[in-house]
Amino acid sequence: MEGGFGSDFGGSGGGKLDPGLIMEQVKVQIAVANAQELLQRMTDKCFRKCIGKPGGSLDNSEQKCIAMCMDRYMDAWNTVSRAYNSRLQRERANM
Amino acid sequence: MDSSSSSSATGLGSVDPQLQHFIEVETQKQRFQQLVHQMTELCWEKCMDKPGPKLDSRAEACFVNCVERFIDTSQFILNRLEQTQKSKPVFSESLSD
Repeated sequence: MEGGFGSDFGGSGGGKLDPGLIMEQVKVQIAVANAQELLQRMTDKCFRKCIGKPGGSLDNSEQKCIAMCMDRYMDAWNTVSRAYNSRLQRERANM
Repeated sequence: MDSSSSSSATGLGSVDPQLQHFIEVETQKQRFQQLVHQMTELCWEKCMDKPGPKLDSRAEACFVNCVERFIDTSQFILNRLEQTQKSKPVFSESLSD
C-alpha cells in the first residue's frame, strides 16, 4: 500500500504530474483514512460498552449489543457533525 | 520521500492553482472531520449510557450541548492563555530557558 503511493501518483509519465489524477488519489486516501479512524474509535467504544467479561466466544447478546452500538455511534457522529457545522455557520454569520 | 522532493523540484511557483485550491479545501474538510471524530468519542463518554434501539432525544440534546461546550472550552482556554500571555508571558520564559 505504501509502495503503491508514490508510483501511482501522477500516472506513468514520470515527469509530468496529472492534477486530476492526484486529486482523485488524494480523495481516495482521505476516504480510507476517515473510514479507518471511524472503525478504530467505534470498535474501541463498542467493545467497552458491550463486552463485560470476555468469554469463550462473542455470544448472541454481545453481538446484538455491538450492532446496536454501531448504529448509535453513527447517529452520534452525525449529530456531532451537524452541531459543529451549525456552530461554524453561526460564528461565520457573527463575524 | 523521494517523490515529494522530485515534485517540488519543478518549483513552488508552478504549482497548479487548481490543485492548490483543492488541497486547501480538502485540508479544511479534513480538519472538520478530525474534530468530529474527536468530539464524537469524547461526547460518547459523557452522553451515552447503554446504546438503545434509537438515539433518544435526551442523548441527542446532550451531544449537541457537548459539542457547543467543547468549542466554548477551547475558545475560553485560547482567550485566557492570550490574556495571561500579555500580562506575564510564562511561555517564552520557560521555553527560552
